[in-house]
Amino acid sequence: MLVLFHQLGMWLMHMMQWPIPGGVAGMVLLFLSLLLFKKPPTVIAAGSGFLLKYLALLFVPAGVGIMLLFDLLANEWLAMLVSMVLSTVISLVVTGLLLQRMVKKTNGSTQS
Amino acid sequence: MSVVFNQLISFLQSNPWLGLCMTLGVYYLAHVLYQKCGQQPLLHPVLTSIIVIIAGLVAAGFDYQQYMVGGQLIHFFLGPATVALAYPLYQNLDLIKQMWLPILVTVVVGVLVGATGAVGLAQLLDASHATQMSLAPKSVTTPVAIVVSEQLGGIQALTAGFVIITGVVGAMCGSLIFKWLGIEDPKIKGIAMGVSAHGVGTARALQIHPVMGAFSGLGMALSAMLIAFILPPWMHLLGWT
Repeated sequence: MLVLFHQLGMWLMHMMQWPIPGGVAGMVLLFLSLLLFKKPPTVIAAGSGFLLKYLALLFVPAGVGIMLLFDLLANEWLAMLVSMVLSTVISLVVTGLLLQRMVKKTNGSTQS
Repeated sequence: MSVVFNQLISFLQSNPWLGLCMTLGVYYLAHVLYQKCGQQPLLHPVLTSIIVIIAGLVAAGFDYQQYMVGGQLIHFFLGPATVALAYPLYQNLDLIKQMWLPILVTVVVGVLVGATGAVGLAQLLDASHATQMSLAPKSVTTPVAIVVSEQLGGIQALTAGFVIITGVVGAMCGSLIFKWLGIEDPKIKGIAMGVSAHGVGTARALQIHPVMGAFSGLGMALSAMLIAFILPPWMHLLGWT
């Protein structure tokens, strides 16, 4: 079922020439269909639960692909690592604080 | 003895069991280790598995193609798993409705800040232009990131590597940073995690709290959808492309 939505998403994006992968498009499609039908079938619930439980595992094969890049990494690995780690930390801090501030503001205005 | 060993090697080279069993086995052990050590961030199972598998492949003389014969059987499920993220999203629909505008603003800012920070730092550290452009889309999920990377003039394979490492870094540091900033709301933590560390972060968020997982999935999906439209113009504006 989920595979079906994935394929549908890939096909749709291919048709529309949008640079959005099938997975994300399929996710939007599934979300819209869940909104439409209200009660999700148990197949979806069970399948989603199973896949999401092992989500981290699914990234391992792609990560092993880093081994193809050893030559490229040799020269600039320090610059790459520093910018990756710091920018990820910056991104976590900025998004976390920004959202917290905005949520507090909206809550405050509705309460007062 | 060595004849048997050589036969075993040549059998494994063309067989999906190598990549499949290796990935499952190593990941299982990495996960057990991670749990035993009280979820120490540096021992994130994705990171340890990748390192152990690469070391094993190099030591045994296998290349990536041989590994991926089996590895792709696992890799294939990444697409359907991304689709599956819609389900927790649907379950938390009411929560999302309450705060959709702050979420949207945060995702847009997060995408731009993450990319600008990475490219800016790489510039300061004298990385090549191709490296800088490969870094820009590193916070979104792999299939989107490589498309955007190509658009900007980066190297796709390099971006794929950056994306995974970024995800692992985010998943590793996320909880520490949120504790340090005093952010406790799982909705906020989830969005920040999804925007900064895409699927790997979302996988971590799902382990911590189901609501955090759902919002992380939302953050990841929104940034993946928006980045193709907002990042290339933004880079152009800064004169970095």
